[in-house]
Amino acid sequence: MFGLKLDMACEIPDKYYSLEDYEKAEPRWCPGCGDHSVLTNIQKLCREKQLDPAKTVFVSGIGCSSRFPHYMKTYGFHGLHGRAFPVASGIKFRRPDLDVFVITGDGDCCSIGAGAWVHAIRYNINMTVMLFNNEIYGLTKNQTSPTSRVGTKSNTSPRGSILPPINPLQTTLGVANVSFVAQTVDWNPAHLYATLNAAHEHKGFSFVHIVQRCPVFQPDLVDEFTSGKDAFHLIKNENGIVLDEKAEKTFKNSVEHDHTDINAARHLAEHENGKFYLGLLYQNKEAQCYDDYGAHNLGFTAEQKMSVLNEELDKRAI
Amino acid sequence: MTTPAVKSQNTKAKIIGEHILEIVSDSGEGAQKCGQSFASISAKMGNGVWTVEIIPAEIQPPARTREGASGIRVRVGSKKITNMGNEADLLVAFNEQVPYSRIVQNAYREGTVMLLESKWATHSSEEVKEKYASAVEDFKRQGIDVREIPMEVECLKLVKNPRKGKNMWVLGMLSHVYQRDLSRAEEQVRYVFKKKKDEVIEANLGLLRAGYQWASDHLDLIYEIPVLPTEEKLVVMNGNEAIGMGVLAAGIEVVSMYPITPATSASHYLADVLDRAGGVVHQAEDEIAAIGFAIGASYAGKTAITITSGPGIALKTEFIGLAAMAEVPLVIVDVQRGGPSTGLPTKVEQGDLLAVLYGQPGDSPKVVLAASTIEECFQFIVLARKLAETFRIPVFVLTDANLATGQQPFPRPKAEKDWFSPPIDQSPWKEGVKPFDWNMETGLSRRPIPGQAGGIYTLTGLAHDENGIVSYNPDNNQKTSELRSKKLATIKKTLNPPVIHGEESGDLLIVSWGSTLGAIEEAVDQAIALDAKVSTLHLRFLSPMEPGLKEIFKRFKKVLAIEINYSDDAKAPYVDEENRRYSQLAWILRAQTLVDIDSFSNVKGQPLQPKIILAKIKEELNIK
Repeated sequence: MFGLKLDMACEIPDKYYSLEDYEKAEPRWCPGCGDHSVLTNIQKLCREKQLDPAKTVFVSGIGCSSRFPHYMKTYGFHGLHGRAFPVASGIKFRRPDLDVFVITGDGDCCSIGAGAWVHAIRYNINMTVMLFNNEIYGLTKNQTSPTSRVGTKSNTSPRGSILPPINPLQTTLGVANVSFVAQTVDWNPAHLYATLNAAHEHKGFSFVHIVQRCPVFQPDLVDEFTSGKDAFHLIKNENGIVLDEKAEKTFKNSVEHDHTDINAARHLAEHENGKFYLGLLYQNKEAQCYDDYGAHNLGFTAEQKMSVLNEELDKRAI
Repeated sequence: MTTPAVKSQNTKAKIIGEHILEIVSDSGEGAQKCGQSFASISAKMGNGVWTVEIIPAEIQPPARTREGASGIRVRVGSKKITNMGNEADLLVAFNEQVPYSRIVQNAYREGTVMLLESKWATHSSEEVKEKYASAVEDFKRQGIDVREIPMEVECLKLVKNPRKGKNMWVLGMLSHVYQRDLSRAEEQVRYVFKKKKDEVIEANLGLLRAGYQWASDHLDLIYEIPVLPTEEKLVVMNGNEAIGMGVLAAGIEVVSMYPITPATSASHYLADVLDRAGGVVHQAEDEIAAIGFAIGASYAGKTAITITSGPGIALKTEFIGLAAMAEVPLVIVDVQRGGPSTGLPTKVEQGDLLAVLYGQPGDSPKVVLAASTIEECFQFIVLARKLAETFRIPVFVLTDANLATGQQPFPRPKAEKDWFSPPIDQSPWKEGVKPFDWNMETGLSRRPIPGQAGGIYTLTGLAHDENGIVSYNPDNNQKTSELRSKKLATIKKTLNPPVIHGEESGDLLIVSWGSTLGAIEEAVDQAIALDAKVSTLHLRFLSPMEPGLKEIFKRFKKVLAIEINYSDDAKAPYVDEENRRYSQLAWILRAQTLVDIDSFSNVKGQPLQPKIILAKIKEELNIK
């Protein structure tokens, strides 16, 4: 904290990064949008961890939330719809020194990018992933998303949607080599911050499902979310995401959960009886990280490369 | 069983300048391994060689079927060989059905010698026996010189299962027919089976020697293809291996691919070797992710490569546009195959040119190079990485199924240090320089790499200004589009006009690109020998085009594009001057030069035979 490493308090870094050092353009999201709160908490996280902006990369796809990199004074990659994961994977693969964050939405991740999402979970490359799930397409103006509840009225389902929604937590927990799955909400800053912090600490593909409000196209959910305190249960585990007493008091209900137990995690992910379990659902610190392989042979000189080329040419000499 | 004519003890070697031989079999019988080995032995002895693989789309199609034919053509000569040639002079067939798949391609002529496995003549099934007998009659009617060879019977003397090993017996037989050095052949067998156990190597060596001895005792065919002495050090490999070696030579550290025929073997090679050269092959979950991953790696400082074929290019389209828009250096290899859709996966076509040039919505400038030889498959990867980084642009290298599996010796490249990519620049970004500090004349700009302090920017596929900030300003979009396009004009200024093969002016100029080079030049040389006023021009740069084309075209009475892709026959019903669809290079050249360029092309999935091109030249110039 405050740029000082507590265990060697005399070592003061050259530069102390304040919040302003991470703030770029003024966000153009709608008033009341949950994206604002995530942005603020991420900037706070960057400051608390004193992340070097030059070594930090925010990668996104397309959608409201995917504008995020434009609002961070770090390196950023605002790419194609549904394709943040392959780009982020390529960035991190041979650059272990970079801190990579991915911002994606429910359409970006669970619809057009579903294939890349599943494989990104399996690659388990070290990055902090935030899925902003507001259950609707916002940027393209109110279309049903694969995470919209049955009966959602939108421009593409004016009489109400009929298919059951994809549950991103269940999907993620169903993929081989999954290593970190957490859930939080945009309107509880303490929980949001603690969750993002835990995700950033984890080495691997840290997947944070953010239940998020869209005041413009899903206004009914805003009330349901913010007034329906009974629905939100805090996951408690002293080795998981721990809130201070004050923050814990914002939850009426809680549940003890072992986040190393994937079957228990899958059960919590079900949202049975409309219950949302917030916190760390699952963590496996031993999962294979593909970027460890990607970075296993860095820094070859031209001479080293040339000698392999010459060997190979010699094999084909006549 | 018919026995071939017993060789008289004093059969003399017939000295020939070159020969084309084919080996065809069912899949899995090793015809390709046999032919590749024969080509390697020949190349090592100093002959010119060119190979073309004949590959069915399936792994193990039904045996003894015409469509299932798998094999190889080897053209071997005293001089450098640049293409697959016309009809084969000699054919080895493992059964009587597989030659038919080649007969429909006009692969044989009257007098072609066919060395045919004779075991089918005494097969237990009446149907097989009948088919065999009738095919042999049919081949003879066509003028093919059929020699029935007891391959299986001879192999059974040495091994229990001749299906594995007959190819090496055939290699031995051919080694005698073409007077190959037996010790070189043995060396080759040891190399081919280097990962196998000693028993396997010994068994195959036994078969090789037996085949050699059998031919010596029983065949009255002996050819000698003299070798021209050369001091030059050569290497031999196929086009996909050459791409792989180009990746090594360019110092590229990330190869991101998805399996697709006929491109994948380049990645197989790299998966085996790149690890030792400080790089990694990533097999992505799909074609889109493969290029996305490559773009991510390039953005993070190490220009990456993605290797694919036509259907993969179709899927990668959106990312190609992003690389052009956001100015991310990237190398994309397209080993072209027959299209559209899944098309002819294992066959050659040059059908992706327009898709590569114009496949993206909006204007998406990129560099397109086309390799015309195996050597260029190697060189152009090195060139492509440099162009991509210097001009901050995606660079395509087009090859095709013909180059991919074709083997040809070429001078051993002398590696230079500056071929290899430099380390990632992590020095602080110069203060005041914008992330897109475009030079207004050339469109060039320097590129900050994540990790560089002071260089922070957000890359976006949205229209953006020199700071990388999203901009919907109409003048900005106009200006930045111009700047991205200017890079091509700038590259063009560095290129020389193409070299004309033949006279500088005349009656007919053939324009071409890619793997047709050798066949076209051979045909043009033959026509010139007949006093035809024909020349040819072969393009390596398709975007930007090499300069001076219009001026060159004007010096010829007629310009004709010859390529392997679809075009309407000008004489077909309903086709007229207004609706005729030209071959792909012809379209571009017509648009760029306003010269009335004709086209001659087909989509038969085969490399063009020089004979067909010569016939077209004669037709154009009224030569009898």
